[in-house]
Amino acid sequence: MGALLKCENVSLGYEGDVVTKGLNFTVNSGDYLCIVGENGSGKSTLIKALLGLKPQLSGNIELCGEVGKNEIGYLPQQTMVQRDFPASVREIVLSGCMNRCGLRPFYNKEEKKLAKDMMERLEITPLARRCYRELSGGQQQRVLLARALCAARKMILLDEPVTGLDPKATNEMYELIGSLNKKDGITVIMVSHDMNAAVRYASHILHVGRKQLFFGTKDDYLTSKTGQAFLTVMGGDDDE
Amino acid sequence: MSEILDKLHTYFQLPVIRYAMVVGLLIALCSSLLGVTLVMKRFSFIGDGLSHVAFGAMAVATVAGVTNNMLIIMPVTIAAAILLLRTGSKTKIKGDAAIAMISVGALALGYMLMNIAAQSGNKRTSSNVTADVCSTLFGSTSILTLSITDVWICVGMSVFVVAVFLIFYNKIFAVTFDESFAKATGVRSDMYNLLIAVVIAVIIVFAMNFVGSLLISALIIFPALSAMRIFKSFRSVIICSVIISLFCAASGLIIAILVGTPVGSTIVSADICVFFAFCLASFIMKKGR
Ligand SMILES: Nc1ncnc2c1ncn2[C@@H]1O[C@H](COP(=O)(O)OP(=O)(O)O)[C@@H](O)[C@H]1O
Ligand SMILES: [Mg+2]
Repeated sequence: MGALLKCENVSLGYEGDVVTKGLNFTVNSGDYLCIVGENGSGKSTLIKALLGLKPQLSGNIELCGEVGKNEIGYLPQQTMVQRDFPASVREIVLSGCMNRCGLRPFYNKEEKKLAKDMMERLEITPLARRCYRELSGGQQQRVLLARALCAARKMILLDEPVTGLDPKATNEMYELIGSLNKKDGITVIMVSHDMNAAVRYASHILHVGRKQLFFGTKDDYLTSKTGQAFLTVMGGDDDE
Repeated sequence: MSEILDKLHTYFQLPVIRYAMVVGLLIALCSSLLGVTLVMKRFSFIGDGLSHVAFGAMAVATVAGVTNNMLIIMPVTIAAAILLLRTGSKTKIKGDAAIAMISVGALALGYMLMNIAAQSGNKRTSSNVTADVCSTLFGSTSILTLSITDVWICVGMSVFVVAVFLIFYNKIFAVTFDESFAKATGVRSDMYNLLIAVVIAVIIVFAMNFVGSLLISALIIFPALSAMRIFKSFRSVIICSVIISLFCAASGLIIAILVGTPVGSTIVSADICVFFAFCLASFIMKKGR
């Protein structure tokens, strides 16, 4: 259970404007960390910083030895896919396996099978040949999730994964992520507005605002002041 | 009809015509491969900028009297490609302005240099310069004076471009479709962007002799835009744009030879016709659904 990711005194922002500061937390192998906070509190920015897509203003973000950059899956909140990009669902899901290839130019059988399995799991196999841009929002979300799952070998970062999914698909999604964490031992870092899901599945909670409001295990969160206040506002049931 | 065929038959007895056809098809093949990437990454402006830089470099090479002007044009254009990519990825507006500056600047300087050289030199007259400039901008008939060496150089270049494209096909797709995902999951997207820029520079330099520096972007972009009207997956779009590009180059070249129109603009006109045909087809397909 070594540490995979360490954040020390990190502050984040855009062009000098600080969005959030004082972030101190450690993610251990096998953790399920849920990041919660109000809109605009910097959750997506934090995810990007953890992935190295956006430099932090100050502090230290460290990916520890056990997990390589190419063993991480990522589901962005919004993808800047251009409107008329020609790409089929299969091509996109398969591109999640890219980070396993190294210098090898083509996907091997295992990777193709992995992509197929993931499409099966997310029930998008019938869409395999369809054009991504012609799908509904929920379908697109599942395609991007399948891609993220293909890329995740040790760790997965999910930014509001259930956006656009119907209730049934939402539940299945959480179950899937949960089993990924429990059975496959993949470390999960998830941004979610859904407090119910957060308290149900997560092992740790990070609550961000203008600064770090809480970090610790779920049980501690439920008894903390921040946690109780936020749960009341967000309407999560704390009777579990 | 048979008259035309006869005429073509006699033409194709000539080695120069056959060479022109081979070179034309190879350039068409190479330039269509990266069209989708160029369009989707909003690199079209880089293509444009580069062709102007290549023109400037050509002018410098001509003035300096370098016999093998590729030695100047190729490195300068590749350097410009890398530079433009760097600035282009920064803040959008500044990047655009920088590209406009570099490309128009190169165009102006190139033209001025050619004129100055004409005035100070003794063997060139100003009408010669105009002809020179015109042919570098719009493509020359020099495509019809190729030697077998030129053909082999072109074959070598095509093998390089096609090999790079095939080897990095999946990576090019990943980086084109969603660069930040690629980067986040440990794919070295900077390196592949650089590779794409270099390959584009190589294509532009080689295609310059064929269609001229102003028309290269058209050769690269039109087949991709046409294919994207109808096809929906990355692979099918690329295969279709290669076919379109080859078809347009062949038909454009044949028409140019028969009718005597300028090679470059005839090919681009063919590309435009195909584009509108595909637009119409996609419109009809949508209506029919
Ligand atoms: N590209 C950007 N440039 C400048 N400011 C940004 C950018 N992206 C987000 N912000 C700002 O940073 C803050 C946090 O955004 P974000 O991380 O997306 O919040 P969250 O995901 O928690 O809703 C917001 O106030 C937003 O306005
Ligand atoms: Mg967000």
